[in-house]
Amino acid sequence: MNNAVDLSVTLAGVTLKNPIVVASGTFGFGREYGQFYDLAELGAICVKGLTVLRREGNPPPRIAETPMGILNSVGLQNPGVDAFLAHELPELRRHDVKIIANISGSTPEEYGDMCEKLSEAGVDMIEVNISCPNVKAGGLAYGTRPELAAEVTAIAKKHAAVPVMVKLSPNVTDITEIARAVEDAGADAVSLINTLLGMRIDVASHRPILRQNMGGLSGPAVLPVAVRMVWQVARAVKIPVLGMGGVMTGADAAELMLAGAAAVAVGTACFADPYAPVRVRDELARLASGQGISRVSELTGAVQPW
Amino acid sequence: MPIQRECTIMRAEKLNPFAWSLTLDAGELARAALPGQFIHVKCGDSRLLRRPISICDTDGNCLRMVFEVRGEGTAWLSRRHTDETLDVLGPLGHGFDLSGRKLLAVGGGIGVPPILNVVRHCKGEAHAILGFRSVDRAMLLDEFRAASSTVSVASDDGSIGTHGFVDALVREKLKGERDVAGVLACGPRPMLRAVAKAAAEAGVPCQVSMEERMGCGVGACLVCACKMADGAYRHVCKDGPVFRAEEVDWDE
Ligand SMILES: Cc1cc2nc3c(=O)[nH]c(=O)nc-3n(C[C@H](O)[C@H](O)[C@H](O)COP(=O)(O)OP(=O)(O)OC[C@H]3O[C@@H](n4cnc5c(N)ncnc54)[C@H](O)[C@@H]3O)c2cc1C
Ligand SMILES: Cc1cc2nc3c(=O)[nH]c(=O)nc-3n(C[C@H](O)[C@H](O)[C@H](O)COP(=O)(O)O)c2cc1C
Ligand code: FES
Repeated sequence: MNNAVDLSVTLAGVTLKNPIVVASGTFGFGREYGQFYDLAELGAICVKGLTVLRREGNPPPRIAETPMGILNSVGLQNPGVDAFLAHELPELRRHDVKIIANISGSTPEEYGDMCEKLSEAGVDMIEVNISCPNVKAGGLAYGTRPELAAEVTAIAKKHAAVPVMVKLSPNVTDITEIARAVEDAGADAVSLINTLLGMRIDVASHRPILRQNMGGLSGPAVLPVAVRMVWQVARAVKIPVLGMGGVMTGADAAELMLAGAAAVAVGTACFADPYAPVRVRDELARLASGQGISRVSELTGAVQPW
Repeated sequence: MPIQRECTIMRAEKLNPFAWSLTLDAGELARAALPGQFIHVKCGDSRLLRRPISICDTDGNCLRMVFEVRGEGTAWLSRRHTDETLDVLGPLGHGFDLSGRKLLAVGGGIGVPPILNVVRHCKGEAHAILGFRSVDRAMLLDEFRAASSTVSVASDDGSIGTHGFVDALVREKLKGERDVAGVLACGPRPMLRAVAKAAAEAGVPCQVSMEERMGCGVGACLVCACKMADGAYRHVCKDGPVFRAEEVDWDE
């Protein structure tokens, strides 16, 4: 039944066997969810955000539930890029799946250094995170100013031998301005959206639930914002878009593709359903086949706006 | 290896005005479960996150969980009936090390139920010390009496057992029983800290079951961080929930 639909897509020149990517920070380095299904079922794995040095992350609580969403303030806890290359990448490489390395730097040079190491080690793509709301240095600061976003993109491009995708923040007035700036600086693709800055307060204790007070909102609550931003960005740039934000079902994934995404990442949904990425893929295939579509990539940008 | 499964509720009971017990047909999930591990339970479609609940007991394919209503998710759980199903992920985490059966198992409040599984595994050789806020919150006493070598109870207001906290009973027990191989504790953080101190004073190794808010429950999202004495964060869902007491940074 689904066999009729060709699920393969290309993202910045990299062919994915299906359009389902798992979102950075929600899937670790694949080991945990690899206990539930073969990682080769996925189009690509975007690994937890890497930094030059190991980071311990923020004090807990790091998560708060919201109406159909969550706030997180993990703060880029990760073992550092060298430990990733030594211990995690070889393990990931045993699976037939594309690997996207997500990186955050506190200076443009750090982005350059990581791009060099990761390219050499042969990851398939690099996702440059300029939009983490949970760290002080770098992170969001680069993602909200077009000239800084462009500077980081240019350095990443200079040092990377694999395609560079820049991950955009929704915490801006005009996301197309940043998207155009990174396209002009040479980005091969953009991904969006990262989390929206939010806050929750425990009314009994008068304390914010997160130890960092504020955190990043993700999950179904953000889907309409993601669809809107993917649509705006896809019309503003020529480079491909990896869409994400609140995808729980195949129909959600189709919405992001119709809005202009070449591929779609699934993140928070995994916490509710460990099988979410595989289920979303199958539902998307069924939806496409039900509409008589032979290649899922035909959905990309096929929205007919009023 | 964790699995996700729809589990039929075989028995639903209210243990006291605050605590509910659900016994599930959990198949291989129940058979794989070890004392101190937990399950991650979906609480209806309108709440995105699962709720971590300790495994209270297992018997063949049956798995029992006991919980208090704290918020919306546990309130939803308390309204479940026999023959309904629950979406359960588990068994998760790493549980208690039960080498040496002559153990002192300490539970406080809603930390009492998971201790039952520990005591059962010790085949009658473990001592149980249970703490409750007051007599109306007491639960599972018959089960503990049937499965433990001795059972001591303390309550904050003296309405059942000794008036006071469990750490006083732990001190007393460790003085009287010279050959206790270890102390295992589950309960609120201040209680765990006090019990760990009592065990350390007696030179007896202590394991504690920690709580933290969770996302994935399997080690992928890194939200359930617990600060360790060496300054690093470890993760309650995967590295824990049971840690050696001396590993934990109690001042955090
Ligand atoms: C390893 C582990 C084992 C547990 N075992 C038991 C048990 O056997 N019986 C029992 O009654 N309770 C247990 N708890 C606590 C239980 O998970 C919370 O009471 C429950 O999640 C509250 O959910 P709620 O929707 O009712 O509350 P709400 O306050 O509405 O929940 C909001 C969010 O905060 C989280 N949260 C709130 N309190 C806690 C807490 N103390 N620990 C972790 N997350 C919390 C919820 O999971 C949810 O994501 C355990 C917690 C952990 C970490
Ligand atoms: C717990 C958690 C950790 C995250 N960590 C990262 C990260 O390290 N780097 C990054 O670029 N995005 C990170 N994100 C953002 C996600 O990759 C994604 O952009 C966002 O969650 C929206 O998708 P979703 O609603 O499907 O989760 C994280 C999100 C969550 C929930
Ligand atoms: S809850 Fe996700 S790592 Fe522990």
